[in-house]
Amino acid sequence: MPINYYIFLAITLFCIGIVGVLTRRNAIIIFMCIELMLNAVNILLVAFSKMHYLAAATANPATNVGSEAQLFVFFIMVVAAAEVTVGLAIIVMMYRNIHSVDINFLNRLKH
Amino acid sequence: MSKLIYLVPLFPLLGFLINGLGRKYLSKSLVSIIGSGTILASFIVSLMIFFEVKAPGFAPQVVTLFDFIDVAKLKISFAFQVDQLSALFLLIITGVGFLIHLYSSAYMHEETPPHFARYFAYLNLFVFSMLLLVLGANFVIMFMGWEGVGLCSYLLIGYWFKNDDYNKAAKKAFVMNRIGDLGFLLGIFWMISQFGSTDFSVVFAGADGTPVKILTGITLLLFVGAMGKSAQIPLYTWLPDAMAGPTPVSALIHAATMVTAGIYMIARSNIMYTLSPVTQAVVAITGLATALFAASIALKQNDIKKVLAYSTVSQLGYMFLGLGVGAYTGAVFHVMTHAFFKALLFLGAGSVIHAMHHEQDIRNMGGLKKHLPITHITFLLGCLAIAGIPPLSGFFSKDEILTAAFLKSPVFWVLGVLGALMTAFYMFRLYAMTFLGKFRGTHDQEHHLHESPAAMTIPLVVLALLSVFGGFIGVPEVLMKNGHQLENYLAPVFAQSTAKMHEEHHLSHVMEYMMMFGVAAIILVIIIIAWNKFSRYQKTTAEATGLGRVLENKWYVDEIYDTVISRPLLGFSSFLSKFDKIFIDGIVNGVGRLVQYSSRQLRWIQSGQVGSYILIMVTATILLFIIQFFWKS
Repeated sequence: MPINYYIFLAITLFCIGIVGVLTRRNAIIIFMCIELMLNAVNILLVAFSKMHYLAAATANPATNVGSEAQLFVFFIMVVAAAEVTVGLAIIVMMYRNIHSVDINFLNRLKH
Repeated sequence: MSKLIYLVPLFPLLGFLINGLGRKYLSKSLVSIIGSGTILASFIVSLMIFFEVKAPGFAPQVVTLFDFIDVAKLKISFAFQVDQLSALFLLIITGVGFLIHLYSSAYMHEETPPHFARYFAYLNLFVFSMLLLVLGANFVIMFMGWEGVGLCSYLLIGYWFKNDDYNKAAKKAFVMNRIGDLGFLLGIFWMISQFGSTDFSVVFAGADGTPVKILTGITLLLFVGAMGKSAQIPLYTWLPDAMAGPTPVSALIHAATMVTAGIYMIARSNIMYTLSPVTQAVVAITGLATALFAASIALKQNDIKKVLAYSTVSQLGYMFLGLGVGAYTGAVFHVMTHAFFKALLFLGAGSVIHAMHHEQDIRNMGGLKKHLPITHITFLLGCLAIAGIPPLSGFFSKDEILTAAFLKSPVFWVLGVLGALMTAFYMFRLYAMTFLGKFRGTHDQEHHLHESPAAMTIPLVVLALLSVFGGFIGVPEVLMKNGHQLENYLAPVFAQSTAKMHEEHHLSHVMEYMMMFGVAAIILVIIIIAWNKFSRYQKTTAEATGLGRVLENKWYVDEIYDTVISRPLLGFSSFLSKFDKIFIDGIVNGVGRLVQYSSRQLRWIQSGQVGSYILIMVTATILLFIIQFFWKS
């Protein structure tokens, strides 16, 4: 499968993520959109890793070119999981205090 | 004794401080005692110094008090020069100064105590500055005194500061003097760059051997300073206006001392002038032109003080003529005799004004002879002295200058004599209109006419005696062997110049007699004509026409200056002021307004909406990508 398809998919996911972050006011949905963006990046990483591996394997089947990217994806997942933990905790606290998860209520620092 | 030279300027300075600081607490009599007493003390010290200097075997001394400026190679010390010239000027300044202080104590008695004390404080400060001017052993100290007398002149002209015209006259004097002072200052700078010093000893020793062009430049610049201070064309117009000040001030500052500062300066630096013939010619021609021009204006003035003021300008012109033709002794001699008779005339005029209750128009006077006998006699003697009737002092000094001018060029002599004739005419016009004929003032004024108190008449008598006998220290060689004591006395000061000057071709004795007494005879005729004409003066309402009108309006010089210099200058400065307000201020204020405006706009970015922040972030990232992309390709 050509690499283009992966790239288009990743771009689409990433754009959905950005638009979601920009337009939605619900903190949980924004959070989900951020996850979407992270995963778009993950897809790209894996896709490029496979592409490079295939390119190198024709010459040398025993090569491990591209394996770093796949490793990196796991790091991203770990970081994302940690982030989600902290983020969700914040959202819970937020809900307890203002009984809402609307981020526009949180702009009090402005005043 | 010359070690005590610092006492001479110190006394007036103390007088200034006491009178100036204590003006609210001191009584009028105490103020006048302090004011006059300090000058008398200076006079006594000056007299002792004079006798020491006069004694044979005296060598000029420089008394250094302290270092004034000491930077790199330039060292200017606060030093006093004690020699024949400065000792003579000390005597004139403190002597005439004391008489005028004494006179002032009676003349100014109408003032309230604080203003009375202010007057004496200024007067003492003036004497201090003037002494500094003549004592300084380098051009910088001289310049300090030079500026000091200018300041005091300004303060005293504007002494009655409630009158706006007087303030304007004071400002005019100050500005005119500043123009001259700029020249003087540039001259000093040039001198420093050329000789590396302003000490008289260094500069005069180095003058011989310096390129003539440089010397000419320096001396011309110094002469510009002299033009301003000594009221020569084209900077003379302030002096007649300076008559706004009290009359004793006119006598002291604007006749006897300050205005002769320029002559002193040139006489002091005589060697530099002798070495540059161009400057000498300029000095002589300026002097002669001023002498004639001012004398012609004086013919038609009706204010008693204005006549004397123009007469002063004219006499100063003679002194410059003397300097220009190399008759340094003659010029200094004329400074001295002029100080006597012009101070006398001014004080006499003050006495008349005092008696007439501040009436200064001679058309409203006349017949004062019997009311003011002492003033009348002394004034007459002053007029005879200034007109140059032998054997009064003015005769000898003027004759010396004219003879020297004849040796240079007969044209100078003819024009000089013409000026002398005008002098005789306007002085006797003034005398006749004031003292002879019938009284033309109001009855009220006539009723109050009185002779002035002793404090005013004593200085008049003393000055009259000096005016009559003062000339005998400079009797020309033809009339008396070794008669010219002043020349022998001043010879060391001018020795360098005398050595440089080309051998003099002496006139034959017959020629000299003819010139001397021929001129005196013509002057006598002129005096008789003026006497006859103006003792019968009747008030008329007819306006003067033709030349008379031009002279009455002082050749319209003030008007010409106004249209040619003042107005365009004012116009230009108001343009610049607008330019400043609109353009320069516009830039400065515009920058401020731009910052305020742009920050007010930028404030909207800081909305607190997380969404908008992210939007900006994303857009910026995209933009950066695009830029990066196109940059590479």
